[in-house]
Amino acid sequence: MKNIRFIILGILFGIILSKAEVISWYRIYEMFKFQSFHMYGIIGSAVILGVILFSFFKKGVIKNYLGEKIIIEPKKKGFYRAIIGGTIFGLGWGLIGACPGPMFILLGRGVLSISIVIFGGLLGVLFYHAIKHKLPH
Amino acid sequence: MDFILEPWPWYVGGPLITLIMFFLYYFGKKFGISSNLESICAMGGAGKLHEFFAFDWKKNSWNLMFIVGTVIGGFIAFKFMTPDQAIALNPQTVSDLADIGFQNAGAQYLPEELFGLEALLSIKGGVILVIAGILVGFGARYAGGCTSGHAITGLSNLEIPSLIAVIGFFIGGLIMTWLILPLLF
Repeated sequence: MKNIRFIILGILFGIILSKAEVISWYRIYEMFKFQSFHMYGIIGSAVILGVILFSFFKKGVIKNYLGEKIIIEPKKKGFYRAIIGGTIFGLGWGLIGACPGPMFILLGRGVLSISIVIFGGLLGVLFYHAIKHKLPH
Repeated sequence: MDFILEPWPWYVGGPLITLIMFFLYYFGKKFGISSNLESICAMGGAGKLHEFFAFDWKKNSWNLMFIVGTVIGGFIAFKFMTPDQAIALNPQTVSDLADIGFQNAGAQYLPEELFGLEALLSIKGGVILVIAGILVGFGARYAGGCTSGHAITGLSNLEIPSLIAVIGFFIGGLIMTWLILPLLF
């Protein structure tokens, strides 16, 4: 089964985010209060190393497991989608202290309430696609 | 061994996240969690409701396996790797939270006021959970990504849309934390 490697990566990701307390509501609250460096350090160090990593991808120094050049798909353009969508996302992130990854990790902790949040997340996705033609992008 | 059981500092957590991203790209994939929400809708038959969801979700099964892994990882970390569930918060944060009605902040991993059974079974608590989920799901797909796709991958790729989206994440998060949360509790 080829996908077993992604289960393993997911397990590691779940452990990393749990141990680094990224999935704790308190850490997200503290971040938005600017009362701790913790979350800024995590995202900042991940991004700085990510910039270096991606530059190796682009130069072809690091190739994928098949020996091919790694291409990073660019994000969709559009000011409104990024700023409005981002703000709506931020309202939810600030409220429940969990973005999509942590939601699933919290489910693994046995946090029953998070299943309601995930259900809401699916509703939100359905709702977005139902009305997206009316939204500025 | 003690290190494994202690909370991990930012300079361990951040680089390890990049390492996971590296492996996903190395194996020919990408790092983005919120698109799984669309795959789950498609898997659940949402293609009957809207043509967008009529795509073949099986092509994203690697990413669905990734989130199945995160559930298992959350369980392992909780059961075997975190003997002390307290979060060492800034004392100012603890006192700010007490002011808006959150007791003993940081004594547990999550606040009872939002995630406890009592909150879950109350109308207000249930509505907060659903609305928060809707905002995250709607916003992530509108913006074209969440923390993994925009804040980590997009910024690593020096993308302007991701920078704008992350600014949006903060506008929303700051409004919620500073203005709306104090009204809710």
